[in-house]
Amino acid sequence: MVDAAIGEDTVARPRRAATRRGLRHALKRKSTVAFLLTLPLILLITLLVVYPAAYSVHLATLNKSMQRFVGFGNFEFLFKRDTFWLVVKQSCIFAITAVVFKALIGFIVAHFVHNIPAKGQRKWRGMLLVPWVIPPAMSTLAWLWLFDPSYSAFNYTLAFFGIGPIPWTGDAAWARFSVILVNVWYGAPFFMIMYLAALKSVPEQLYEAAAIDGANWWQRIWFVTLPMMRNIIAITTLFSLIVTFANFDIVRILTAGGPLDKTHIFATWAFRVGIEGSDIPLGASVSLFMVPILAVAAIFILRDVSKRGNES
Amino acid sequence: MAEVSLRKVVKRYDDVEAVRGIDLDIADHEFVVLVGPSGCGKSTTLRMIAGLEDISDGDITIGGDVVNDVPPKDRDIAMVFQNYALYPHMTVAENMSFGLRLKHYPKAEIKSRVAEAARMLDIADLVDRKPKQLSGGQRQRVAMGRAIVRNPKVFLFDEPLSNLDAKLRVQMRIEIKKVHQKVRTTTVYVTHDQVEAMTLADRVVVMNKGRIEQIGTPNELYHHPATRFVAGFIGSPAMNFLPCRLEETDGRLHVRLTDRIAFPLPPLRAARYQSVSRNDRLLLGIRPEHITETKPHAEPGVEPFEAMLDVTEPMGMETLVYFGLNEAPVCGRVSPNAGARDGSPLRMAMDLNNMHLLNEATGLVI
Amino acid sequence: MSTMTVDKAGPTRTVKYGSMSRDRAWALRWSYFFLTLFAIFSLVPPLYMLITSLKGSAEISAATNPWWVFHPTLENYAGLLTSNQFLRFFFNSAMVSIIVVIITMLISIPAAFALSRMKFWGSATLATGVFLTYLIPDSLLFIPLFKMFALIGDVTGIQLINRWYVLLFIYPTLTVPFCTWIMIGYFASIPKELDEAAIIDGASWLQTLTRIFIPVALPGLIAATIFAFTVSWAQFLYPLVFTTSADQLVLPVGIVTTLIKGDVFNWGQIMTGALLGAAPPLIIYAFLMDYYIAGLTAGATKG
Repeated sequence: MVDAAIGEDTVARPRRAATRRGLRHALKRKSTVAFLLTLPLILLITLLVVYPAAYSVHLATLNKSMQRFVGFGNFEFLFKRDTFWLVVKQSCIFAITAVVFKALIGFIVAHFVHNIPAKGQRKWRGMLLVPWVIPPAMSTLAWLWLFDPSYSAFNYTLAFFGIGPIPWTGDAAWARFSVILVNVWYGAPFFMIMYLAALKSVPEQLYEAAAIDGANWWQRIWFVTLPMMRNIIAITTLFSLIVTFANFDIVRILTAGGPLDKTHIFATWAFRVGIEGSDIPLGASVSLFMVPILAVAAIFILRDVSKRGNES
Repeated sequence: MAEVSLRKVVKRYDDVEAVRGIDLDIADHEFVVLVGPSGCGKSTTLRMIAGLEDISDGDITIGGDVVNDVPPKDRDIAMVFQNYALYPHMTVAENMSFGLRLKHYPKAEIKSRVAEAARMLDIADLVDRKPKQLSGGQRQRVAMGRAIVRNPKVFLFDEPLSNLDAKLRVQMRIEIKKVHQKVRTTTVYVTHDQVEAMTLADRVVVMNKGRIEQIGTPNELYHHPATRFVAGFIGSPAMNFLPCRLEETDGRLHVRLTDRIAFPLPPLRAARYQSVSRNDRLLLGIRPEHITETKPHAEPGVEPFEAMLDVTEPMGMETLVYFGLNEAPVCGRVSPNAGARDGSPLRMAMDLNNMHLLNEATGLVI
Repeated sequence: MSTMTVDKAGPTRTVKYGSMSRDRAWALRWSYFFLTLFAIFSLVPPLYMLITSLKGSAEISAATNPWWVFHPTLENYAGLLTSNQFLRFFFNSAMVSIIVVIITMLISIPAAFALSRMKFWGSATLATGVFLTYLIPDSLLFIPLFKMFALIGDVTGIQLINRWYVLLFIYPTLTVPFCTWIMIGYFASIPKELDEAAIIDGASWLQTLTRIFIPVALPGLIAATIFAFTVSWAQFLYPLVFTTSADQLVLPVGIVTTLIKGDVFNWGQIMTGALLGAAPPLIIYAFLMDYYIAGLTAGATKG
């Protein structure tokens, strides 16, 4: 055993100096490094997301030539236009209907996939996710062609059953149906894959315990599966609500808002008036109307995601 | 090779003191084990020696140099972690040589050092495997190999065996001891397992609530614990503590356990405890192996008594018996042939030559 | 994995043992039946793209069964793959996507490393901010961004509007937040002891990142790369707003705006173009499906 034979003073002085220097050094090093590593991210978010978002509010208060401040003038103008209210209504119908059907179909399909023997699941999952993988602009072109007024492959097929011809994109009601159909086709696989991941994470013993307690398949879903998946269902649904509400590609390509602006949603109408109509302030005002619903959804998602984080 | 010493080392997290002033001197080549229950500050102490935690107050020296502000890589230490912390994407050889490669050692020397460590640890034919392909014991060896190739001044082990199953733990314990006998590097080893501490250490440091309770060789701690905590922590099954009083009867000092049971103290003990106040609330500390069945030839200081057994646990070479004395639970060790049965009486004997007397209020051994 | 055990576990309590396997078989049959229906629903549009792309224009406008190719021809493919314009779209798309992936990784990985390992002032807020940014859709920002870049052009004289490389500034707003977020998750799942071991081995922060974290989190990195690439490749709104000249367009916009001439739809070429445009993501998906799906589900399950 070696007892350090160093006197109190000899240690104390150099140590204190060293502590202070080392501390400052360490502080400087670690937080500076961390700051430098995150700097590009901070710059990107500030300059290309936060600033444009604020700028958009500023733009919304200008007149068409962007030389005069008009306050809420653009909003007042919008409130007086029938098209605007059409857009509000159609955006809500579109987003809510599409999300509900995506969620339901995704849930059902996930169950069917989960239900079959494990070795075949990969293959089916692979096929069912294809709609999500194809760029929506490209797949919507295929739908447009399937819906074509004169050569529609759907109408050709339906004619065998004595149905049709259906004006898929020509009639307002059918056009609304069509954009929702394409959106459901595109988005349901995302729900399917999320639910499938959640289903796989439910411990097998819970089902066994429920089965021993005498639960039938419906009760197993209701009392075991759904409660266990509640969080992921909420996150996926809210996320999809944001994406669907802000959708552009599908409506733009399939109907471009027509017929008679009946299928416009916020994004496509903002593009129409802001970019095509060169009224940037009015376009900015239109897209700002998405903010409240997006903000509400985002807050709930954030809550659920952090809850998930705490659970794990 | 170096000695390590800690002077009044303190670690504060916000308002909690995890380590409350530790003084410890570890000699060159010594194998010191820090042992204690979880949250006693042993791991924090080790991590402060490693430099992974800042020191709130005090000094740590390695080889005579104060290292308080020296970053871990410049302290010339090596550490073995609880979950091994092997780099999953590197082979065994790459894992072992990573530190040397960072320091730009010549390739030939790295190769020879890895080969030597691998040979010493009996993992020479595993050097091209990835950690995923290894068993728990093999990973443990690689983690030790990574420490050995560095040839550091100090080895630090942070509960290295707690992820292994019981059988492997015993085997690796011996392995660690062998390695230390070969390389003789100063070692600080943290564990919560007192058996590990006893079997490995030159000296054991028992820690509790951020303080050192006692430092000593394994035998010192076992036979001469200084506090109730050490007495209870070291040894398995744990020492029995029976509330008692001292009293003078017929001119002899007795220890009274219950209204009916009072044992005369052996002369040596009686002399030592003469000055203890007769009114103090005391604890009789006695290990289970000193509570046995009565032997045909009664030795001096071994006092018989009657016990009503609650539970018996046959262990093969001995049977553990549990009973109560005045509400206090007692564990004894009897021969398998003593006729101990659940719920039946047995004539027992207590060897007071090996007793400890503790002050209940202070928790100190008298 | 083993729904089989679930369904078996139930009826073992009941007496009618024989009906169990029959129920199970019917459940399986129904599952396959509905899965087939859904798979048809999923695959009709891409298959119809393929069918149409193999038809000549005469067959497309003929009143024959649209679901069958009677006179297969590769003329659409030949036409597009020899068209300089189409190759230009492809080149622009590839350049934009590849460079955006690189930019994204250069920004995301260091940031995720700092956010997952170095607790500093405001780091938790920043991580939340990153996630919130990921939730901001393109359709909210395209107008102010367009105006911003137009202004930059007016003020500095650096013309960015109607240049394909303007997209290199814009796309990272879509890719960086998500990639940072999932990389934070992957990095956070690396045990703390691993970087402590690296520190003791003498590695600097940078060495810990490049030699330990990046190799260990490689699956996450692949998932993030796939995400960044597919998002960049599929993006439609921003290029539609920011680029107009034919030589500056990326593939999705190029196909939509140039192959549709007024009311004349050259469906054979459009479908061929769409299929070729869908090919890179589909090929990546076919080969790296597990990483693709890991990235997809990581957003909600990590972090």
